[in-house]
Amino acid sequence: MTTSSNMSHEPLFHVVKHQERSAVQVLLLRLVAVVCSILAGGVFIWAIGYNPFAVYGTILEGAFRSEMAIQATVKFTIPMCICALAVTLAFKMKFWNVGGEGQLIVGAIFASYFALFCADWNHWVLVVVMLVAGAVGGGLWGLLAAGFKVKFGTNETLLTLMLNYIALHIVSYLQAGPWRDPGANGFSKIARFAKNVALDKVLGVHFGWIIMLVLVAAVWVYLKYTKQGYEISVVGESQDTARYAGIHVKRVILRTMFLSGAIAGIAGACQVAGSDMTLSMGVAGGVGFTGIIIAWLCQLNPGMILVVSFLFGVLEKGSSVVQSTFGLSSDCADVLQGIILFFILGSEFFVRYSFVFRHKKGGAR
Amino acid sequence: MKKVLSAVLAATLALSLAACGGNTTGNSASSTPASPSAATTTGAGIPKEELKIGVVHLSDPAEGTGYSYTHELGIQGMMKNLNLDENQLVEKINIDDTDAAAVENAMTELLEEGCNIIFATSWGYMDTAEALAEEYPDVIFSHATGNKSNGVNFNNYFGRIYQARYLSGIAAGLKTESNKIGYVAAMGKENGEVTSGINAFAMGVASVNPDAEVYVKVTNSWFDPEGERQAADALLASGCDVLAQHVDTVGPQLAAEQAGAYAIGYNSDMALNAPNATLVSVMWDWSVYYTKAVQNVMDGTWVAGEKIENYYGDMADGLVKLSDLNEPLVAEGTAEKIEEVQAKIISGEWDVFDGKTEIMDNEGQTHVLDGVDYGTCNWYVSNVKEQA
Repeated sequence: MTTSSNMSHEPLFHVVKHQERSAVQVLLLRLVAVVCSILAGGVFIWAIGYNPFAVYGTILEGAFRSEMAIQATVKFTIPMCICALAVTLAFKMKFWNVGGEGQLIVGAIFASYFALFCADWNHWVLVVVMLVAGAVGGGLWGLLAAGFKVKFGTNETLLTLMLNYIALHIVSYLQAGPWRDPGANGFSKIARFAKNVALDKVLGVHFGWIIMLVLVAAVWVYLKYTKQGYEISVVGESQDTARYAGIHVKRVILRTMFLSGAIAGIAGACQVAGSDMTLSMGVAGGVGFTGIIIAWLCQLNPGMILVVSFLFGVLEKGSSVVQSTFGLSSDCADVLQGIILFFILGSEFFVRYSFVFRHKKGGAR
Repeated sequence: MKKVLSAVLAATLALSLAACGGNTTGNSASSTPASPSAATTTGAGIPKEELKIGVVHLSDPAEGTGYSYTHELGIQGMMKNLNLDENQLVEKINIDDTDAAAVENAMTELLEEGCNIIFATSWGYMDTAEALAEEYPDVIFSHATGNKSNGVNFNNYFGRIYQARYLSGIAAGLKTESNKIGYVAAMGKENGEVTSGINAFAMGVASVNPDAEVYVKVTNSWFDPEGERQAADALLASGCDVLAQHVDTVGPQLAAEQAGAYAIGYNSDMALNAPNATLVSVMWDWSVYYTKAVQNVMDGTWVAGEKIENYYGDMADGLVKLSDLNEPLVAEGTAEKIEEVQAKIISGEWDVFDGKTEIMDNEGQTHVLDGVDYGTCNWYVSNVKEQA
């Protein structure tokens, strides 16, 4: 950038890494992002012919209008929050586990085995066994991807992603084959679980929400105060440093992915035994992916994950009410979610980088 | 620092949503959440103004054709017959009946809205409806096409659709030239609802054309637009020149029209969608049941927690019917033949599945079927062939 001849060949703008922005600047950027997302969402709602204020109002009202509504909102929150916690462990290690969905499903399958075939056990024994089975199932599914990674250096993003579909099709196989409900008139589905299986309700919602709160605290303590948690962040920062410090990197990867999968598996067990009371193709319903987004938005902070998961629960529940109140397709909720995420994740870009235009001098260097 | 910021970010997100909502709480309809137990079960009926009706639809009735649309017509007909206000109706659409969580969430929301009676229109809603009926004894759960009920607040409703299918078989049997008639079926042989319909249709075909055979292709889904279309194309490719169907969409009719073949519609009058192919449509008029059910709730004939009956309608009471014939398309003599048999069915003089007549299946066994027991029908009559 010293001679004028260079100047003329410069592109219209550069993207440069920004210096650390001040706290106020970052706050402002994010605020702008939130406002923009709400405006853009409003334009979308308006464009399809509805009053954005009424729709936003109904989302909030629908999520909180009664005790039952709040209970439903919490019910939506549980699997999203637990899945976000699950991937947090892996992400902290910079292991891109996008397989929360599959790990949840395999956990659900393991738990369903006991729900279907051991329904006559003592209730609490059964509940504990289902939760443990869910954790083991999800953990093994996570371990599978980690094993390939440490053994053959495979790409964990691809592997965990693909394992999602395998898990889903195992459910499809089970419901069409060995676990098919014989009393279903040829309809391919798994029988509804016996009542003894159901997770007990506390304050009107299955106690998965207590498990969720416990996990929030556990993941926070684990990452912040334990030696293993520290090992995870060192491996995440630099594997070489970790090795130099005498950390057994492969072991940390395997252990962490098992735990990550196990937490997602617990979400699966809670879903089938607390909410669905059967195992169906919709058991995960995308929460594994929503969990990734939540974890990322919250910068892997467990407390924040709880808060943001709840906000997503509000959006899900509220949108469902919007559908029945306005006759608006529930797909519109996904569009709104997408818009919000687009802006908020987009603002992250501006926190770290900025554009430097051709003739503008003194951009950040 | 970053953590604090994200906390602020989340809080602002919540606040700004709240701010937007605050302006408009007055705007939104139905802002009075009633508790689900608001219904009174004193043995008397529920006054008209206190009625709230919930419906769970499999697809989006706005498609304007097919299964959910037909149910929606029935619901709208009932609303009109009984002069109910549109605020008294809450509907959940696109609720996949293979997704247990979605079904439960939808029904719970209807309970939360304070519905006194919930119509669950698809087969797969049955187990959830049964479980919730037990949990909420003050609400009536009415489930279409199922085989479970509890006599107090959970019933099922369906009808002798096989009567109209038999009549449509007459139109198909007279029309076919290749003597190969295709049938796109949602479910396989074990499903009594689909199979009894196929049998009635094939018997109608055989009554006028003993040489024709009915080729069945199964999609294994109650709603699969692509699969239904593909199955129809495959049947046409194998030489079928008339298609009948027991699926949700108009795909088979459109496929037939494109191939220059003919088709029998189901659910709604599909001559509207495929005027150059549809000979006649087998139709439901669900308003007959919906009106009766809601009237019963108002009159106190049905009281949640005390008494409710299953419903099985037919051509005589109007639940099941045949559309007008597409005169330019049907073979000569079709109208006369159908009218003759229809009169006997409606008068009760004759029925397809009367519980007495022996029927030969395609494996050489004989069966006796009473129409009420359609769910047990897991065999195909002799002129039916399964196509892989």
